Amino acid sequence: MTKILSVKNLVIKFYTFDGVVHALNNVSFDLEEGETLAIVGESGSGKSVSMLSLLHLLPMPPAKIENGEAYFYGNEEEPVDLLKLNRSGISKIRGGKIGFIFQDALSALNPVMTIGRQISESIIEHLGLSHAKAKEKTIELLKRVGIPGARQRYDNFPHQFSGGMRQRVMIAVSMACTPKIVIADEPTTALDVTVQAQIVDLTKELQKEFNIAVVWITHDLGVVAGMADRVLVMYAGSPVEIANAQDLYSNPQHPYTIGLMNALPNVKGDGDSRLASIDGIPPDLMDEPRHCQFAWRCPHAFDRCWEEIPQQVSVGENHVVSCFFDVENGRPKENV
Amino acid sequence: MQRYILSRLIQSFIMLVGVLFIVFFMLQLTGDPVALMVSRSASPEQIEELREELGFNRPVLVQFADFVGNAVKGDFGMSLRHNQPAMELILERMPATVELASIALLFAMVIGIPLGLLGGANPGSIWDMLARGAGLIGQTIPNFWLALILIMIFAVNLGWFPSFGRETYQFMGLALPTKSVILPAFALGLFTMGQLVRFTRSAVLEIKNEDFVRTAYSKGLADRRVYIKHILRNAAIPLISILGVQFGYLLSGSIYIETIFSWPGLGNLLAESIGNRDFALVQAIAFFTSLVVVSLNLTADIAYGMADPRIRYGE
Repeated sequence: MTKILSVKNLVIKFYTFDGVVHALNNVSFDLEEGETLAIVGESGSGKSVSMLSLLHLLPMPPAKIENGEAYFYGNEEEPVDLLKLNRSGISKIRGGKIGFIFQDALSALNPVMTIGRQISESIIEHLGLSHAKAKEKTIELLKRVGIPGARQRYDNFPHQFSGGMRQRVMIAVSMACTPKIVIADEPTTALDVTVQAQIVDLTKELQKEFNIAVVWITHDLGVVAGMADRVLVMYAGSPVEIANAQDLYSNPQHPYTIGLMNALPNVKGDGDSRLASIDGIPPDLMDEPRHCQFAWRCPHAFDRCWEEIPQQVSVGENHVVSCFFDVENGRPKENV
Repeated sequence: MQRYILSRLIQSFIMLVGVLFIVFFMLQLTGDPVALMVSRSASPEQIEELREELGFNRPVLVQFADFVGNAVKGDFGMSLRHNQPAMELILERMPATVELASIALLFAMVIGIPLGLLGGANPGSIWDMLARGAGLIGQTIPNFWLALILIMIFAVNLGWFPSFGRETYQFMGLALPTKSVILPAFALGLFTMGQLVRFTRSAVLEIKNEDFVRTAYSKGLADRRVYIKHILRNAAIPLISILGVQFGYLLSGSIYIETIFSWPGLGNLLAESIGNRDFALVQAIAFFTSLVVVSLNLTADIAYGMADPRIRYGE
């Protein structure tokens, strides 16, 4: 496997009137060609911010990238640091090399432009095709994402589609120029469960067909189990655990991940037991992080957790955890 | 779309009937119209005779039916002052008003929309300051005052433009505008310009935060394309309705501006006819103006439907 994206020590703050929001603290992860990386976490944990920032899609100000680098290896030439690209540089990457699928396709598509034009304008921009050729390619693409009557539907507007069909259009937009990476920002949250499954399947098919790496941002652990190769768990702007999906479910190493797994409803349960939950609430992101962000809610927190920010440490093959406590042996880790 | 247009047409028709009703009874409300038409020394017999002649002794509803019947044919009676059919007078004055209104609107659009777009695109920048300044000035400066100042500076002191009247340049049977239209058009269009700047700016500010704009950027489109194809096209929807209303306002003729610049248009005629108690003419102008405004609103509604597919297909 070859690396397609490498994010290192990404720190993002929002400078608002009320103060500084510490949105992202030292996030690092790699993405391999063709794999699916799921980023999970609750609202405000920095899932979307981390990905939007890579493509300069955060409103700046108030957002500011304080530190970090994000090397993209999908260019023909040298790897480039996405964060250092200028406007025209990032425009070539956006849509061309990295596609985006947004959550609510109704608001994410222009209401007064036909969906055909919204797809083909990207093709014209990046692949330099003529209008007629771009239209043909768009119709092919619409067929491929499963829109019946693609040729007629080319001239339809977003509001004339159902929610699931609109999300298919959104997928076609993101994959129009066969990018190397597609970032899917909670693409199934607004859909009902059966449609969710169709969208997940469609994304997986296209991913395999075009060898696209997918970053799937979600808070639905069920979806993650069904499609992710690896999972990055985020909490309060910090990465807490990165592992293969299998490992994460069978052998979670961070107290937060363990809490999440315990909180999943169990189908085999007797139905009388209460759903487990994690006590407390996430910290206020206005406060500068000075120690482990999960310490307040962690059942294993000890002195050190209140003094230092844990770094990402490898605990096995492809398994990285930011925690001072060794949950397997029930004692603080040594040599960390 | 047809159903949408049809329903708008019916609404416009009802509106015009209402206008006719008001225009007719406006005259009745002034008391005895005949008393206003004759001189003070007229004898009761003479008044009665005139009343008979003009049909004012008939039942009001009959008079109204008669009035509507004639109005539909474009006949609003004779202007007392000019001794000429009222509608004919209006049509004579119309080209001057159309010229003034179109150039005023053109000026307002050419300055207002780009300035609003630039201001909304770069809030806090020098363009934005210009846009907000232009919006404020345009909407607050009284145009009659501005007109006088313009005459003083550009006509009297600098002598660049004539201070009054309309001159045209005859070309292949067309009466083309000359520089005589510039001062009145500027004074008249400034308010509309201010409105367009403000509406464009706030529409752009609002729309550029929409999700679909982020999507457009995520496709790698350049700023220019995002602003023109995505943002401005969505901003066009509210702008169209403003343009319709504003052009109606400009076309109905500005009494102030046309009077100050002695512009031989509809506003001037209206001012004159009110002064002369020329009722047939006032009625005709009132109806004609409403007709223009209603048709422009209808046009704007249809254009609105064309710009926004959700309206077109919503029916």
